[in-house]
Amino acid sequence: MTTQEHLATRDAPSVPSRLFRWRPLPDLALTALLVAGVIGACQAVVAFGLVSRFVIPLPSSVLPALAELVTGGTLGQHALVTVGEAAIGFAIATAIGLTLGTLIAEFRVVERILYPYLVALQTMPKIALAPVLLVWFGFGLGSKIAVAAVISLFPVLVNTIAGLKNCDPGRLDVLRALGASRWDCFRLVKLPNALPFIFSGLSAAVMFALTGALVGEFVGASAGLGYLIVQANNSMDIPQVFAILLVLVAIGVAAFAAMQKARRKFLFWSATQD
Amino acid sequence: MGKIDRLTPDDSATVSMAEPMDKGPAIATRSLGKTYATNAGETIDALAQVSFDVGQGEFVSLVGPSGCGKTTLMRILAGLVGGYSGSVSVEGRIVHGPTPEIGVVFQDANLMPWRTVLANVMLPGQVLRLDRKACEARARELLALVGLIGFEAKLPGELSGGMRQRAAIARALLHDPRILLMDEPFGALDAMTRDNMNVELARIAAEAGKTVFLITHSIAESVFLSDRVLVMSSRPGRIIETIPIDLPRPRSLDVVADPVFAATVLRIRRLLEHSTAANPHVTLAH
Repeated sequence: MTTQEHLATRDAPSVPSRLFRWRPLPDLALTALLVAGVIGACQAVVAFGLVSRFVIPLPSSVLPALAELVTGGTLGQHALVTVGEAAIGFAIATAIGLTLGTLIAEFRVVERILYPYLVALQTMPKIALAPVLLVWFGFGLGSKIAVAAVISLFPVLVNTIAGLKNCDPGRLDVLRALGASRWDCFRLVKLPNALPFIFSGLSAAVMFALTGALVGEFVGASAGLGYLIVQANNSMDIPQVFAILLVLVAIGVAAFAAMQKARRKFLFWSATQD
Repeated sequence: MGKIDRLTPDDSATVSMAEPMDKGPAIATRSLGKTYATNAGETIDALAQVSFDVGQGEFVSLVGPSGCGKTTLMRILAGLVGGYSGSVSVEGRIVHGPTPEIGVVFQDANLMPWRTVLANVMLPGQVLRLDRKACEARARELLALVGLIGFEAKLPGELSGGMRQRAAIARALLHDPRILLMDEPFGALDAMTRDNMNVELARIAAEAGKTVFLITHSIAESVFLSDRVLVMSSRPGRIIETIPIDLPRPRSLDVVADPVFAATVLRIRRLLEHSTAANPHVTLAH
């Protein structure tokens, strides 16, 4: 009996880790203390003139700058532009990554034809494509979506291939022994089996897509948070730059939380978390 | 317990009286051979001249040392491996690939961790395009047969090793195959669980009225469960002896105290020792 219990606990899925898990007070207090300490130190260092206000803004000036941004009325619009570019780029990368990854993992011919190009592309820093993409897709949203899609494609693609190829042969044997078709093997075993990998890829891709949209806006844009950062930087409005960074942190955390939620929904059976 | 009577050693020859005579043996292999090529360019004979019959409703085990080609034989019977010489017939028909007449239980339960126990048992129905409602009803019956009532909605990760293997047996029986092919199904279980599973398997096979071909490296397991035991040697894998098991059914675990049991185990053990004198890796455990 004890052995059975042992076996049961050994293979039991672990409780999914939560982003906003209630932690014991001491940890939380330490975290708050650290944040307060760092902010206080910055405030002191800048206030006493040890570091220029153009390098680090006075922490006390960041919140007013943020308030100004929010009440100014254009923040939401710019944030929406950036998030929209990242979301569309992410969606395109996901669609292409899943399709291409499946074709490469399932069909040897496709793999042999495409693999050399993929290796070459993967080793290239894709951010370097941003100026070219600006020329190809114009000054508007198109070029930012393209940059976001290009750099978030690879994590999806690589993880889809890895997930589909890492299928447990024993599980496939169960279906093969029933004379299952290739399509049944794919939809009933390989694809669900690959989901943990694919989700890891998607989690990385979300952040890559945001980065891509921002870089696209740095290169040349008339809207978006990246554009706002460049504008504020050029006018030496460092508190505003940091205020926008705070907005980006909030967006990033929200995107991460959304991915975790989706992961818990689809991977309730999987003990692997990242 | 008429079904169990049907499994007495007397009709272990080829055809059980309860089945139509024209069907022939449930499984028949003739001169099966399989050769693998190694990376060094050498060839290894995994199986050579393997011929045997498994009668309708019979419980036959195959014992042999590790690496003697048991799993190769099992994969050929399951239709998972091609490129062999000789022939395999199932229910009198020569087969070249997977056949729905055979349900397979593997060494690992190989349940899909994303499916509930019930959905796992229903999986063959999806592959074979069987009616969903009928499958669910049958899956529930089978879960009752293997003693997993109340675990329908659990995920495999929440089950113990023995329970997972029970679910795998229920899954193998879903599409009502006439033959159950089992490859060391309890090899990963601890000794106590394994004994219990053996008792359960004997009951399930009898109640479901299935022909069972069990591959194992446990001599005691093979003697306890079978009507006949095929003894295999290694390199190349050959059937060196067929041992009828002359013990009454139903058998309880007390049968190990029976002198016939002990004598039969000893006889098989000697055969294996003799055949693999050069190979020290014979498993005599259990």
